[in-house]
Amino acid sequence: MVPLSWYLILAAFVFSSGLFAALGRRNAIAVLMGIELMLNAANINLVAFWRYGVAPMENVDGQVFALFVIAVAAAEVAVGLALIISIYRNRKTVNLDELDLLQG
Amino acid sequence: MAELFPLPPLPTFAQVVFMGIALLTVVGSLIVVLSRNLFHSALGLIAAFFGAAGVYFIAEAEFVGVSQVLVYVGAISTLIAFAIMLTRGMMFGVTSPRNRQSGTAAIITALTFVVLTALMNATPWPQAGEPITDGEAVIARIGSMFVNEYVVAFILLALLLLVSLAGSIVLARDRK
Repeated sequence: MVPLSWYLILAAFVFSSGLFAALGRRNAIAVLMGIELMLNAANINLVAFWRYGVAPMENVDGQVFALFVIAVAAAEVAVGLALIISIYRNRKTVNLDELDLLQG
Repeated sequence: MAELFPLPPLPTFAQVVFMGIALLTVVGSLIVVLSRNLFHSALGLIAAFFGAAGVYFIAEAEFVGVSQVLVYVGAISTLIAFAIMLTRGMMFGVTSPRNRQSGTAAIITALTFVVLTALMNATPWPQAGEPITDGEAVIARIGSMFVNEYVVAFILLALLLLVSLAGSIVLARDRK
């Protein structure tokens, strides 16, 4: 069987790359993709801890949480992309460093 | 490498499969982060989603894996591809895909990964989980948890999906 630490290291890598996309990319859609990667890393951890926890046949809370995360991510990405399209229609750009309307 | 992952002398079949799937996930997420073309980023994201689904299958969470393929690969990737095409002016001719603070972001991200990996190596983890004898019983248990323990969250989630889908239609509508 695969050791638990392999899952955790994989999830840590996916989370870190998602964090870099969210902090360092210029395009708003790329930032949204980074957030999706981070949610996936959390899901990998949830499922891995469910599998290696006590009585995985009975305590399936980890899988239930992962399914909740998937559904919330679907809602989040729908609203986020609608916002990006709306911003693009008004400002003709989705570069985050040009969207400084609230900067004093 | 050998200090990070204490490999057994001969990896089992499941471990080899896991390594391949993990490689797919890692390469996919690297493409998402580093690619200059936004569409290549979206394709890398699909690869990373498939890799995560494979990880769920290896962990014997089949239902989550199927949901991952349906929701992420089927729906979210399509949404992102449509959004890229609708904001097409941004796909080409960008001077740099990264913003001004990307250097700081890279340092913070590398530190996060190093600290997380060091903490994981310092903690003793179980090498094997308890065996799952009946996969269908697990799925039945998930279903009964959705309508018993987590029924309030389940209904709220349905409401959230309805509101967010209606709201995104209103937001993206052309007001003319």
